[in-house]
Amino acid sequence: MSDISRRKFIKTTGAAALAATTLGYSSFAIGGAKRKVVIVGGGIGGATAARYIKMMDAAIDVTLIEANKVYHTCFMSNEVIGGERSIDSIRFGYDGLKKAGVKVVHDWVTAIDPDKREVKTRGGHRFPYDRCIVSPGIDFRWETIEGYDAKVAERVPHAWKAGSQTVTLRKQLEAMRDGGTVIIAPPPNPFRCPPGPYERTSLIAAYLKKHKPKSKIIVLDPKDKFSKFGLFTEGWKRHYGYGTDNSMIEWISGSQGGRVEAFDAATMTVQADVEAFKGDVVNIIPAQKAGKIAFDAGLVNDKGWCPIDGKTFESTIHKNIHVIGDASVASPLPKSGYAANSEAKVAAAAVVALLHGDPAPQPSWVNTCYSIIHPGEGISVAMVYAWQNGKIVKVKGAGGLTPKEFDAEMRAREEAYAHSWFRNITKDVFG
Amino acid sequence: MKLKNNSVRLCLLAGFLWLGPPQAMAATPSASMLANTCAGCHGTGGVSNGPATPTIAGVSEEYFVDVMKAYQSGDRRSTIMGRIAKGYTEEEIKLLAKHFSSLKFQPASQKADPKLAKKGAKLHDKYCEKCHADGGTSTEDDAGILAGQWRPYLKYTLSDFLAGKSEMPKKMRKRLKKLHKKKGDAGIQALLEFYASRK
Repeated sequence: MSDISRRKFIKTTGAAALAATTLGYSSFAIGGAKRKVVIVGGGIGGATAARYIKMMDAAIDVTLIEANKVYHTCFMSNEVIGGERSIDSIRFGYDGLKKAGVKVVHDWVTAIDPDKREVKTRGGHRFPYDRCIVSPGIDFRWETIEGYDAKVAERVPHAWKAGSQTVTLRKQLEAMRDGGTVIIAPPPNPFRCPPGPYERTSLIAAYLKKHKPKSKIIVLDPKDKFSKFGLFTEGWKRHYGYGTDNSMIEWISGSQGGRVEAFDAATMTVQADVEAFKGDVVNIIPAQKAGKIAFDAGLVNDKGWCPIDGKTFESTIHKNIHVIGDASVASPLPKSGYAANSEAKVAAAAVVALLHGDPAPQPSWVNTCYSIIHPGEGISVAMVYAWQNGKIVKVKGAGGLTPKEFDAEMRAREEAYAHSWFRNITKDVFG
Repeated sequence: MKLKNNSVRLCLLAGFLWLGPPQAMAATPSASMLANTCAGCHGTGGVSNGPATPTIAGVSEEYFVDVMKAYQSGDRRSTIMGRIAKGYTEEEIKLLAKHFSSLKFQPASQKADPKLAKKGAKLHDKYCEKCHADGGTSTEDDAGILAGQWRPYLKYTLSDFLAGKSEMPKKMRKRLKKLHKKKGDAGIQALLEFYASRK
């Protein structure tokens, strides 16, 4: 046997052995009855968990309950707002999940009974489970800004859940006169997609510079620093004169009086700590908390987020219920789409193992957050996470930001990789 | 207890060290657990939906290990992989290598100019086929898969090799430089069209 063919032989037989061990479990039902997993919420976390449980053990009965027939990804929705992408390109349905053997039910979950192990819906249905995975997403703390609520947000969008409000905001920018003022009010920490408000600022600025160059963006921020701060502000300096008197973008930090207290929809006036600002287009992104079902099911702590055991993402409040995605307390993992996808796979592996009576496997996570600073220019932050001493930790020496020295070619590559990430993660999630 | 014998003390000490708290070390996750985290960018099962991130399913184990180590050391230029590769131990990289080498490579669905691809095919035969056998599909001799790989990725990689920003094997350096000297950027473009045209 020659060296190469020997290696090939080992490789082939090794591959077969690997396939048998890593693809998970054989399709024999455990102890007779089919194990049932009910997943609440069909966003990035929920849909990923459903698909991966089916991939790991096709014999498990997986039901996903989601109120909406389609999902719009929050990631890349800023490109829709900036005019670089269509809303259709961020819309996904559930046919891929159905093809993977997931039972998809479009209904609104009203309660989860942890004792009876049962999910109840508005449609009057009950879904018993052995284990439940909840991916509640986020909800808003409307009470934090006087005069701004869910109803006002239909006209003055937060656009922090992608969909119709994303389109509304885009249309308002298109209709705005040259020389108008756009006000963006990012939320306080913690919130979904930490770099998101600043990517949005960047892409709105890119649109305005090209089509309405006399216009201005005022960012009213309760914080003194934000994600990828150095990279964003460097980009703003290069493209929009940030820091000069002629800057298209003015960022008012918390200590400069950027915190928003109230909004008057009639006059489109935003009342910040020190001053009031009048906008032609206003985008207020309120403070956040876990999605409603997390509260209805009693899965939240006193801060309004869901505490979990990081190894399995099982709630530390209710047994047999796992909470993933933005709603979970999984720090240092961020509230990002990539993290939700990664957490969902860890939770899926834990649920499958536990249903088989095995211990939950050693987890591993990755997060990669791309932001587009300007069409043709991407930046990123990445990290690998491990489970150590009963905690989720960042792996030492790994991860970090795009280098701060501007390199046009590498930034263009990062944009191409950002778009590749979008295509790959959405296929990974929705099939 | 007073220990008179030093060797007993030493043995006990060694025993203590041996049994010492293992918390500092985390258990190694399984290959599939590790590999699942790659799918966000490289596609489910390592098959990329493009347009730029490479497919990593089906590459040889040695190739995978070499490239990850080159990302860690910076010998291979990258946007983000250098930062991510540093998050894995040698053992974890080997597990990932075994995992992805066991999966099937699937050529990318991308358009290519047939005329240019024909020119590229000739260049491939002359300069590349010896190591990247079977029209760039073979992984033998731990060659990277070129045929059907996403074009932007191959373009970035080749341009980094040519600019001396990534290290390449000696044999490859000689041949690639020769091709570039004789045929210029147009030659590289033709080569990329050939790989993009392969289904």
